[in-house]
Amino acid sequence: MSILGTRVLRTEDPRLLTAGGVYVDDVSAPELAAAARVTFVRSPVAHALIKGIDTDAARAAPGVVAVLTAADLDDLPPPPEDSGLTGTEGAPLPLGGPWAEPLFAVDRVRFVGEPVALVLTDDRYQGEDAAELVSVDYEPLPAVIGPDAAIAGASLLFPAAGTNVAVTSGAPADPAAFEGCDVVVERTIENQRLAPVPMEGRAAAAAWTGGRLTVWSSTQNAQIARFILAGALGLDPANIRVIAPDVGGGFGAKIGVDRDALLVAWAAKHTGTAVRWAETRSENLLAMTHGRAQRQAVRIGGSRDGHILAYRLDIIQDTGAYPRMGGFLPFLTSLMAAGPYDFGKVETGYRVVVTNTAPISAYRGAGRPEATAAVERAVDLFAAAIGMDPAEVRRINLVPPDKFPHTTPCGATYDTGEYVAALDKVLAGAGYQELRAEQARRRERGDVRQLGLGLASYVEITAADAAGGETARLDVHDDGTVTVYTGSSAHGQGHHTAWAMLVQAELGIDMDKVAVIHGDTDLIPLGTGTYASRSLQLGGVAVQRAAVEVKEQGRKLAATLLEASEDDLELDLDRGVWQVRGDPEAAATWARVAGQAGAAGLTASVNYTEGQPTFPFGTHLAVTEVDTETGKVTLVRHLTVDDAGTVLNPVLAEGQRHGGIAQGVAQALLEEMVYDPDGNPVTGTLVDYAIITAAELPAFELLQSETPATINPLGAKGIGEAGTIGATPATQNSVIDAVSHLGVRHIDMPATPERVWAAINEARESR
Amino acid sequence: MRVTVTVNGSPVTADVADRTLLVHFLRDVAGLTATNVGCDTSSCGACTVLLDGLSAKSCTVLAAQADGSEVVTVEGLARGDGALHPVQRAFRAEHGLQCGFCTPGMVMASVSLLAENPAPTEAEVRAGLEGNLCRCTGYHNIVRAVLAAASERQSS
Repeated sequence: MSILGTRVLRTEDPRLLTAGGVYVDDVSAPELAAAARVTFVRSPVAHALIKGIDTDAARAAPGVVAVLTAADLDDLPPPPEDSGLTGTEGAPLPLGGPWAEPLFAVDRVRFVGEPVALVLTDDRYQGEDAAELVSVDYEPLPAVIGPDAAIAGASLLFPAAGTNVAVTSGAPADPAAFEGCDVVVERTIENQRLAPVPMEGRAAAAAWTGGRLTVWSSTQNAQIARFILAGALGLDPANIRVIAPDVGGGFGAKIGVDRDALLVAWAAKHTGTAVRWAETRSENLLAMTHGRAQRQAVRIGGSRDGHILAYRLDIIQDTGAYPRMGGFLPFLTSLMAAGPYDFGKVETGYRVVVTNTAPISAYRGAGRPEATAAVERAVDLFAAAIGMDPAEVRRINLVPPDKFPHTTPCGATYDTGEYVAALDKVLAGAGYQELRAEQARRRERGDVRQLGLGLASYVEITAADAAGGETARLDVHDDGTVTVYTGSSAHGQGHHTAWAMLVQAELGIDMDKVAVIHGDTDLIPLGTGTYASRSLQLGGVAVQRAAVEVKEQGRKLAATLLEASEDDLELDLDRGVWQVRGDPEAAATWARVAGQAGAAGLTASVNYTEGQPTFPFGTHLAVTEVDTETGKVTLVRHLTVDDAGTVLNPVLAEGQRHGGIAQGVAQALLEEMVYDPDGNPVTGTLVDYAIITAAELPAFELLQSETPATINPLGAKGIGEAGTIGATPATQNSVIDAVSHLGVRHIDMPATPERVWAAINEARESR
Repeated sequence: MRVTVTVNGSPVTADVADRTLLVHFLRDVAGLTATNVGCDTSSCGACTVLLDGLSAKSCTVLAAQADGSEVVTVEGLARGDGALHPVQRAFRAEHGLQCGFCTPGMVMASVSLLAENPAPTEAEVRAGLEGNLCRCTGYHNIVRAVLAAASERQSS
C-alpha cells in the first residue's frame, strides 16, 4: 500500500521538541561569532518631515559600534526607473515612481514604526539605550487615518503623486444591473486591519566576507529574498547567499524580505561588521506589514424565491503608508468576488489608498478571505431580507456540480467542485435542523444566552501563480540515502515529512533515509518558496516528477548492473530494490544502482509549472452563544468541510485547517489593529492586540471531502488558507444570527462584547 | 553581578549585567536556545521554563532573581538515554506543533499544568494554557496532546 494518504507523523518534530528549532536568532555560524546587535530607531509619529537627526550622543554611548541613517546610504544603486510595470493589477509588486518606499525614511516619515536610523552595539541592552539617544527633529504633518481622510486628500503622503489614491480599477456600476430584482440590499462592511503575529517576529543576520554577503533571514522564500537583496544593494545575486533556517511562522507576512532586513544586510556590508537583529514584539506589531484593511460596499439583489440575480462589490483598500502590493489584494478580492455562486451578474470596483499606518501586505488568504467575507455577509443579508434560511439561499445559488469548469463573471475559471455536497455534509454533521429548533426554543423563552448558526460557503484560488512553478532536485547516494533540494520553503507546514513521503511512494526508499533541504540559495539557487497555498501542488509535484525521472535512470543503471533488459526490470516498492521479473535473486539495491551511476551521480532536477491554478472549496458552520445582556460571544462548535483535492497526509492537512480556523475566528471575534486619529497605534503590544488563546476556542469538527484536482498528478489543491477564508464569515454570521430576532442585521468585526451589546440596544431602540 | 543557576542539572555561573533577564541568561550565557522570546509583555509564554519546579515566564524574571535556583528547559526534559518525556511524546503523536517556535514554552507549561492537575478536563487544559500563545495549530492538537499525556500517566 502506498504511504500517500496515510497519517504519517512528522519527521521534523523530535528535533523541535528536544533541542528546539534553530531560528535566525539561534544561528551560531562562525561568521556571526562577534556579530553586533542591530536596534532600530523608529518614528514615534505618524506623519512628519524630518528636519534633522543628531546621532552624537548615541555614538558616544557604551558599546556602540556605529549609528547609521539615510545619510549613510551612499553606497547603494539608484532606485530603478519607474518602468510602469510595477504594481500592475495581477502582480503583487510595489508601486514605484512617486510612491517608492525608501530603506530609511529620508525627509519624511509616514507611519509610526518606520525605520529612521539604526544603532549597532556589542550587546542587545546597549542597543536599547543607544537608540533612545538618537535625537530626531520632526515637524509634524496632519495624519491621514482611514479611507475617508485618504480620499479627501487634505493631507498628502506623497505630494509628488498629487493624490492619496494610488490605484483605481474596475467597472462603473451598470444602472441596469439590478433591474428585475424583487429585493435589493446594500451595506458597508469593514474588513478590519489585522496583525499577522507569527510567533517568531522578523529576524535577520548578515556577514560580509570576501566580497560576498551571507544573510540569514526569517523568510518564506530565500530565493526571492536574494533577488530583492541583489536589486536593493546593487550586488550580483551570485555574491549573495540567503539562508532561511527554521522559520517561526510567516502567514504571508514573511514573503521575500522587507526594508528592515534589507537595512540589516546593508549594515553588514557597509560597516564590514557581522550583524544580527531580531525584532521585539512591539516592533513587530508596528512595523511588520498588516493585512486585510478593506472597506467594502456590497449590493445584492434577487427574487423572493431565493434566486440571487446581481451582486456588486466596491472596495476601498487601505494599503497603509506604502503601496507594497500595488492593487493586487483588491484585484484578488475582485477575481473571487462571486464566491461559489452562480449569480447572473457580478460587478466589482476598487480604489487603493495610502494612509499613515503600517503598510498592508499578504496575510493568510491575502484578498480571498476579504472576498468571501463580503459575499457571505451579503448572502445572509439577502436571506434575512426575504425571510429564508441562509442554508437554503446558499443551496439555491451554489454552482451545481454539472457546471464545471465554471467561468465566473469576474473571470475566474473554477476547475472542479461539489459545493452543494459540502454544504449538505456540514448541515448533516451539525444536526442543523435540531440546532435551529433549539434556537427557536431559546428565542421563545427569551433566554439570556441566545444561539447563533453561521454559515460560510467558499471557493478560493490556490497557486494563483502556477505558471511560476517550483523546483526540486533529487539525488540518490551510493549508500542508499536520498537528498531532496526543494525550492519550496517550510515554516511549520511539514514539507520535510511530505516530500519524504513522496520519495518513498515513488522509489520505495524509506522516508527516514530521505533528507530534505530547503532555504539555502547556494544549494538551491532557483526556487519560489511558500505562499498562496502553492507548496504541494507545485513543489510537491516537482519532487514527485524528479523521483520519476530518477526511477527511469535507475532502471537503465539496474539493467546494466543485472545484465537484464530494461523491460524485464521492476522496482519492488516494499523493499526498495530493483529486480528481474520472475527472479527475485537477481536484485540490486538503490545503493548499488546509485554506485553504478559513477561521477555523474543518480540525480534529477525539475522545474514543475502548471498552466492554471486550482480552486479548493468548502463550507464552515459556526455555532455561537451570545449573552444578550453583556454581548459576550462564545464559539461552542465549529464544523468544516475543506476540500483541497487529494490529501497527501491527513495529519498535516488537518493541522493547516485547525490553525486557519483559529485565525479566522480571531478576526471575527477579537483581533483588530487600531490607530487613533493621530496615527498612534493603540494595539501595539500583545496585551492590547488580542491574539486568540486556547481558552476561547472549542475543539474543531473536521469533516472529510476529497474532490481531486484534475490538472496535477497528485490531485492536490492548496489547504493553507481555507481556515481564514471559511471561518471568519461563518463566525461573524453566527454572531449576527444569534441576535437577528432582536432586529440586528449586521455587526462589524471584531464582534467584541461592546459592539454586540451596542448592536442589540440600537436594534431594540429602533423598534 | 555574579549569578549561579542550575540549568538542567548543571550549574552555570557567570558575571552578568544586573538587568539581564533569565531568558537571555539561558540563551546567551548557558547557550540553550530552545527557549524563545515571543513578546515583551509576558503575554505569549514562548519563554516558559520550570523555575524551582514551577512554570515561569523567563522573560519576566531577572537572572539575579534566579540566583541559586534550578531551571529546567525543554532541552532538559528528555531522559539521559534520550527517551522523550510523555508530554514531548504526546505533542509529536498528536501533531501538537507546526513551526515549533512556541513549542518549548508550550511543552514546559503543559508539564507544569499536569504536575498541578494530573487528570485535567479539556476545559481545564484550555484555561491552563491561556498564557501560552500559538499561531499555527489553533490549539486543537495541543489540547489533545496534553490530554493524551495525562491519560498515559494515569494508565501507567
